Parts: sequence; structure tokens; C-alpha cells
Amino acid sequence: MTIQGLVQFVLFLALLVAAMPVLGGYMARVFGGESLPFRSLMGPVERFIYRLAGVNPGREQHWTAYAGSLLAFNLLGAVVLYALVRFQGLLPVNPGGVSGVSPALAFNIATSFVTNTNWQAYSGEQALSLLSQMMGLTVQNFLSAATGIALLLALIRGLTRRNSKTIGNFYVDVVRATLYVLLPLSVVMALFLVWQGVPQTFSSPAVVNTLEGPIQTLPEGPVASQLAIKQLGSNGGGFYNANAAHPFENPTPLANLIQTWSILALAAALTFTFGRMVGDQRQGWALFSVMAVLFLLGLGATWWCESQPNPLLAGLNIDQKTSTLQAGGNMEGKEVRFGIAASALWATATTAASNGSVNAMHDSFTPLGGLVLMINMKLGEIVFGGVGAGLYGMLVFVIITVFIAGLMVGRTPEYLGKKIESREIKLAVLALLVVPVGVLGFGALSLVLPAGAAAISQPGPHGLSELLYAYASAVGNNGSAFGGFGADSTYQETMIGLVMMIGRYLTMIPLLAIAGSLAAKKLVPPSAGTLPTHGPLFISLVMGVILIVGGLTFFPALALGPVVEHLAMIHGISF
Amino acid sequence: MLNHLRPALVLTLAFTALCGLAYPLAMTGLAQALFPIQANGSLILKDNRVIGSALIGQSFVSDTYFHGRPSATTDTDPTDSTKTVAAPYNAANSSGSNLGPTSQALIDRIKADVATAQADHPGPVPVDLVTSSASGLDPDITPAAAAFQVARVAKARHTSEDQLRALIAAHTKERLAGLIGEPTVNVLELNLALDDLPAH
Repeated sequence: MTIQGLVQFVLFLALLVAAMPVLGGYMARVFGGESLPFRSLMGPVERFIYRLAGVNPGREQHWTAYAGSLLAFNLLGAVVLYALVRFQGLLPVNPGGVSGVSPALAFNIATSFVTNTNWQAYSGEQALSLLSQMMGLTVQNFLSAATGIALLLALIRGLTRRNSKTIGNFYVDVVRATLYVLLPLSVVMALFLVWQGVPQTFSSPAVVNTLEGPIQTLPEGPVASQLAIKQLGSNGGGFYNANAAHPFENPTPLANLIQTWSILALAAALTFTFGRMVGDQRQGWALFSVMAVLFLLGLGATWWCESQPNPLLAGLNIDQKTSTLQAGGNMEGKEVRFGIAASALWATATTAASNGSVNAMHDSFTPLGGLVLMINMKLGEIVFGGVGAGLYGMLVFVIITVFIAGLMVGRTPEYLGKKIESREIKLAVLALLVVPVGVLGFGALSLVLPAGAAAISQPGPHGLSELLYAYASAVGNNGSAFGGFGADSTYQETMIGLVMMIGRYLTMIPLLAIAGSLAAKKLVPPSAGTLPTHGPLFISLVMGVILIVGGLTFFPALALGPVVEHLAMIHGISF
Repeated sequence: MLNHLRPALVLTLAFTALCGLAYPLAMTGLAQALFPIQANGSLILKDNRVIGSALIGQSFVSDTYFHGRPSATTDTDPTDSTKTVAAPYNAANSSGSNLGPTSQALIDRIKADVATAQADHPGPVPVDLVTSSASGLDPDITPAAAAFQVARVAKARHTSEDQLRALIAAHTKERLAGLIGEPTVNVLELNLALDDLPAH
């Protein structure tokens, strides 16, 4: 643990917070329908799309119609992506000459990218053509992020409107999120990444005669344009198998810092947008505080764990100490240019944010370092979380919290002037149950079925950790993995595909129902008995609810995996 | 559902054209015009031949070169396409070892790497020299790992250790602004500089 490491964290947080009013304020203008800086450029494109699609942007939708549009749009996106990767061998822009993938893998890829998960059961540079990467994956990187933002907007409208039957127009939300937010930011980010060394070309792989003789083949492609949106849109699916650990995806410490920022940038800024749109900036900062505190707790723990020497290597005459000449610590599966601090920061951010890109291999993290990453995902991806998805997930916990607080003082719970009643609580609990069902239910199934258990690559408790991580990643729509897990079997491709859909849509539909029911309610003026939802008391309450729900649900499973492995490690036991 | 079909279809097609085609093409055009070297993989030419990328590590085993970190990349077994074989620094298939910290396979591999490294130098081996990188293509080693190999390379090249230490110092990239990242030594660039040293 070095001073420079700490300074990098402070710099990172400063960057994150400083950008929030800029990005968040801008998004509030875009989604509030105010005048826009890109309107002269994007306005005609926007209107052209509406005309072609037969969408009247002024016509709003009931929550059921909004949900129908969302599902139809995502389903069609999945079908197109499925066809694209299945038949890529017959399609153009395929300089590597790869053939189509199997049906189970195509299903897995399609659900993975449409649900904003970007779980990768394949090796990018080996299995996919440039056409698939570009017109398949990159497109869904934009659209799945826009879908997440759309849902958040619907929920915000539910909270702010009174006696309203509608919660906005899904198509308008998706089109605006893509044209005014995601695309312009991606252009800037892509150019920055190329400057730092990320390839952006359509040429065939470069063939290199190395200094000592053997030939090295370097696959290249439109990498920077894909990375820009995979980071900003909390997608995480890399161009290369090693993801952001690959020097072509993440060539320099500066590229690494900015890419780490871009994992959380929009999710953090949306809390600002939220405050602006509900008319009370303090509400946004309160939710940001909950996220930031949980994030910093996780970051501190991961950093400390990864800085420690591996006790099992103690007698081997290895220098694992931190010095001015080396980072030291647990360097297996980490890159020298990032060392321990920048690897721990990225790992915490990517699991907190349901991004799932990695700049170090999580499978090789210390047991407790890996435990923190799993907890981040199992809390439901609400510590910043996915673009849009993190904040609407957090609002589920807020609803549960005001309910519990209401029970304690014997008053009907309220949030932002809306009465939270039985229907909303039931729907919120339904959304909360998705993560335990996905991790514990489907995880247990995979353990007892031989076809499922075959995916575990390592003996002992670490094997269980691999499986728990995989299903937490799938249901939380994260997409990172303990890479040793054999995700490329028909069983895992199918089941994980299924769990990704459950994690996405069984959270979204109850939330849209909540949005619809809140929009129809009238506003209750605050009274002396109203619980303020912006102070330290409320922030602590929300954190308590999150940790109790997340902690108690998963503690037994985590005790058998990472905790047992840690105890074994410090007692010198290997597997 | 049917009334959702037209907008879904139009939006999918429109954004495929915009985000999947126009955006990457425009970025490629701009990138090739503004940053042609980086956009094509930061390739290094020597005598008009591409001998590597400044960003991608290469496998070095000879005593006369500095060695990079262990690499866990694999390739398809040429005799049996369902199996893989070890192929260090195979840039066509980036990957880490994905071995957990309590894995006996990891400990055995590290033991063997320590034994090899100690043939050069009896002291404690810097940890990055015996742990495989996340990508399997790490172009860098720590300054500690470079210093560790000086005696071997000096002996093999019949050159002075001081000269090599000066070369390492010249090729050590410090933290950006003294804060961001970690100090690194790019192995390929260091070895190219070695080859350019005047012969003794």
C-alpha cells in the first residue's frame, strides 16, 4: 500500500465528483426536453428516426405499453445479434476468417449483450468477426445502456408526476440517450484511447517477426470505438479475451485511469440528474453518498488484501515486498503498469458498477479480495451499478428502507411525497428476490448437476467461489468472471444466458409497475412526521438495509467459498 | 406486441447503421488521420521489417536478452485440435493463468520459475518475474526485475554491469506526473537498445 496508490484513489474520486454536475446536469437537460447543444446536428436524425418508426414523440405510454416496447425492442435486438454471430462465417468484414458460433453460444452472446451483461463465454479475438464485434456487440453496447437509462427515467417520472396515467415514451428515451449522451461521449473517449495506443483499423492481423525468431500474430480491429462505449455504457465486453488487461485495450496508466473513471462516470452523474429531476438536489447527493461509502469500504478492503504477500509463497525466496522498484503483493494475474493499487481500483469499480471489464484476473485475487468483488455484485449491483440500472436498483432499497422506517414509527411510508403502499412494497420485494434466486438457486442447480459442476476448474473452496462468482455476475448483469470457470459448455451457456435475462427483466418489469402505480398517486405535502430522505440518518438506514439484506442472504455461501479458502491460505494449505 | 414491431425494427436498423457502421468507420478515419502509428498497433520497424509492437510483450529465453514475465497464453495443439498447448506470448489468444492463490498448480509453477530465475542470481526473485500477467502479453517488468537480470545479461554479452544499469535507468518509465501507474521497463525496447550497444 503506497502513498502513490492513495493519491491515485483521491484523484479518481475528485475526477468522478467533478464530472457529476457537468454530465448529470447535461443529462437532466436532455431528458427534461430543454434546448440541447447537439440539437442542430442530432435533431434531424432524431426526427427522421421517429418518422420512419411511426413514433409520435409527444405521445406518452402507460407503464404496460412502455414495458411492451422495451421487451419487443430488446427481443428483436437479441434475435438480430443471434443471427449475426451464428452466421458470421457467411458474412463480410471477416479478415480473420472465423466461422459461425454454436447455437448455445449464440444464445449466450445475444442475451449477454442485450441485457448489458457482456458475459463472454468465448475469446473475442478468436471467435468473432469484425462485423460481429462492430455491428453486433458495439450496437447493443449502446442500446442496452440506453435501455437502462430509459427505465430509470420512467421511474423518476413515476416519482415526480401526480395523477398521471403515463410514464414517458420508451422510444424517445432510448433515442435521446443514444444520440445526445452515449454517442458524443463515445466519440471523445474513442479518440482519447487511440491517442493512448488503442488500435482502430480494419486491416488484417499484423504478423510480426519477433526479436528471438518466432512469429507473433497481433489481431487488430476497430478496438477503440468499441471500448469507448463498453466502458461508458457499463457493458464491459472486451475486444480481446484478456479485456482491459490486454495492452491494446489499456496501453498506459493514463488510459487506465480515464477508463476506470468512465466505468462509474455516468452511473454517478445520474444521481445528480435524479436530484435535478425530482427538484431536490439533496436527494441525489444522499443516494450518491450511500454508493460512495460502500464503494470506498470495498476499495480499501480489496487494496489491502491484494497488497499482502501470498503466505503460500513465503518459503520460496520470492521478494513480495512493496518498494520503490516494485509494487510487490499478489501479482499473479496483474499487469506491471497497473500494479496493485490501479488493479484494486478497477476491480472494485467494475464489480460495483455491473461493468464487468477487468484489468487484472479476478480468479487470481486473494480469497478476501475476491470476496469483496462478489459482495459488490451480490448487493444487486447498486453501488453505482449499471448505467440507469444501478440507480433504479438503489431505489428498490430506498423503498424497502422507507417501509422499514415507517414500520418503526407506525406511519405510512413516503418517499418524495409519494405514499409507498402494499403494492409497491410487494413489487420491490419481488425485484429484490431476483439476485438470491439467480445466485443461490441456479448456482445450487449447477453444483448438483454433473453437466453444471464440470465447469469448475479448481479443487477446494476456490472452485465454489468460481461458480458463485459466475452466477452473481450473470444475475447482476456484470459480466466479469473468475476466468478459470469453464463457461463454454452447452449447459453453462444456456443456463447463464437464462439467468442474465432473469436478472435484467424480472427486475425491470416490477420497477415499471412501481413507476406506473406511483405516477397515478397524488402528492402528499410533507408534515412533521415525514422522514427526511436526504440526511445522514437516512443514508445510514439505507446502508444498513443493503448490508443486512445482502450480507445475511449470501453469508453462508460465501463462508464456504472465499472465507474457507482464506483460512486455508493463512494456515499454509493448498489445493 | 405487433404495434411494437415497427418502431423496434426501425430503431434497431437505424442504430445498427449509426452506432455499428457510421461510428466505427468515422472513428477509424479520424484515428488513421490523427494518430496513424497508434491506430495501427504501435508497430516497431527494423530494417523495414515489423519486429514487434511497443505495447505487446514477446517471449525471450536467451541469456543475452532480458526476460519478460511468465505468460500463461496457450495455442491449439497441432496434433489434437480439442486440446491446447502452452504458447507463451501468443498474441492471438490473450489470457492469464486464472489460477487461484491456494492452487497447488500455481505454487508448483512458481517453484519451477524461481528455480530457473535463481540460476542467474541467488537473491530473492522479484515477484513479477515469477507470476504470470493478466493478459499473458505484459510488455513490462518492474525495475526490480530488470536489475535482477543484469548479472546474467552482462556475462552473456561480455559487457559491464554498470553499462546495463545505465541502460535500464534510461528505459525506466516513471509514474505519470510521479503519481499515476507504476514504474515500468519495456522489455522489448530494452532488448532492442541492448542490440544497439557497441560491441566489445
